[in-house]
Amino acid sequence: MTSLRNNLSDTLVLAKRSLLRIPRAPDLVIGFTIQPIMFILLFVYVLGGAISTPGFDYVDFLMPGIIAQTMAFGGFVTALGLSEDLKKGLVDRFRSLPMSRSAVLAGRTLADVSTNLVSIGIMLSVGLIAGFSFGTPFPNVLAGIGLLILFGYSFSWVFALVGLSSSSPEASQAIGFTLIFPLTFISSAFVPVDSMPSVLQTFAEVNPFTTVVDAVRALFLGTPAGNDIWAAVLWSLGIAVVFFFLSVTRYKRAIST
Amino acid sequence: MSSDVAIEAIGLRKSFGKVLALDGVDLRVPPGTILGLLGPNGAGKTTAVRIFSTLLEPDEGTARVAGLDVVSEAAKLRSRIGLAGQYAAVDENLTGAENLEMVGRLYHLPRGEPRKRAAELLERFDLTLAAERLVRTYSGGMRRRLDLAAALVAHPPVLFLDEPTTGLDPRSRIALWETIEARTAEGTTVLLTTQYLDEADRLADRIAVIDRGRVIAEGTADELKDEVGGERLEVTLESDDHAGAAIAALEPICAERPELVDRVLKMAVQRRHGAIAEAVRRLDRVGVGIEDIALQRPTLDDVFLAITGHAAEEDEPEGKEAA
Repeated sequence: MTSLRNNLSDTLVLAKRSLLRIPRAPDLVIGFTIQPIMFILLFVYVLGGAISTPGFDYVDFLMPGIIAQTMAFGGFVTALGLSEDLKKGLVDRFRSLPMSRSAVLAGRTLADVSTNLVSIGIMLSVGLIAGFSFGTPFPNVLAGIGLLILFGYSFSWVFALVGLSSSSPEASQAIGFTLIFPLTFISSAFVPVDSMPSVLQTFAEVNPFTTVVDAVRALFLGTPAGNDIWAAVLWSLGIAVVFFFLSVTRYKRAIST
Repeated sequence: MSSDVAIEAIGLRKSFGKVLALDGVDLRVPPGTILGLLGPNGAGKTTAVRIFSTLLEPDEGTARVAGLDVVSEAAKLRSRIGLAGQYAAVDENLTGAENLEMVGRLYHLPRGEPRKRAAELLERFDLTLAAERLVRTYSGGMRRRLDLAAALVAHPPVLFLDEPTTGLDPRSRIALWETIEARTAEGTTVLLTTQYLDEADRLADRIAVIDRGRVIAEGTADELKDEVGGERLEVTLESDDHAGAAIAALEPICAERPELVDRVLKMAVQRRHGAIAEAVRRLDRVGVGIEDIALQRPTLDDVFLAITGHAAEEDEPEGKEAA
């Protein structure tokens, strides 16, 4: 019991540390506020006219996809933070303390949840101004937001591993983007999958990103859900669990260089 | 578990790929004393500290700190040690006070205690005025002091300090030495690595000289100096015109032929007692004027040179030690 309580308290101490950083180094704020707004505006007003989404206004089609993408990238704060901690010797200090082995990572990923919530709020507001509208009752909308947050949380654990495995904050950012950009674009997030060449269609159909985006569309717009919602939850939990173990294992051996 | 040893290593070996960082290190540090681990860059000092502080597991050998095995009892051990590494491991986006409070919470100190100790330590390290400032505005010396304060938050019985004064100005260096001495006076055991001989000389009760992953000499500073040889007589002549006469006059009381560097004659004497008086009489008799005369103990520099064959502070690349 004591160890569980310590574990939780360590995690909260470190989550607070990550959050305190945001107002103090506000350059990071651009990543989860201005950048998503910019993407929405670019897609809706620049690219949207050229993308045909039968049965949908483009802005309605886009919002679930672009929010899911922003959630997946939200964890970049974790990757940056961890590789900085490694570089500056803080990981050595934390590892020499009688604290939980997962708290440094869990604290950071937990902090991502709050920045992701802020991002969702901003993006939905901008989307509504740009003409987006929900086609479902409020509980479904809430469930969709919950799913997006869960999905973002699972990617924070992917970024935790990236941050611990890269040689510098710059490298972690490059690795993160190279991994996740193709994943988000070769999916149903921005264009209908059947508009892609057949090889890409195959990839897009098994891509968990497509599953999550389709599930959120069902919850926001009322499109047929099929198994998407449960599959999306399972994918998210699966990714979170696998990368939790990989990154905690990595953390236990991490040494500042 | 023996209470007369605070830190003990037996046959520690560790390699990183093909690089052998520790090649059978044995150490014993009694409680309440300071051991200076002295060696050049890449000698294995940091690797040893990382093993003692549970960051690395040794490939072979065992180590116990505060009676606990560093591998099998690592979790328990962590609440009894403090570590200040080579980097100032502090969060730049927190204030000085927040940094110390965070570390206090992570040691699971009782409620209210982290804040109290943070205030005490900030005071002791002369950081009270900067307590509420973000650490990224701190100077290098202030960061090092904060880092050391963080290692002290839990009042751990054993402290590991990896080159604690590297990059500090002389004033902060002395302040830090005084703090370390105050801790040992209260019973804390300290293992300190350093490349600075004066630091080891001043602080350490015992010194272990480490080179290429092995402890090649161990003892008090005096014992190490004695090992190299006794005292040396240094005579500064008024002018080197009389050097020949001076050498001839002094040769009978020397262990070897005196050596002339600029106007200074250096020689190992046969007997320490009365050496100065005898030398002055002999030089006076042949009419050689002297400016200064003194018996010099060998410095740790001489010790280092004598036992390793190279100087202590030469700059070698850090190699794999830090990897």
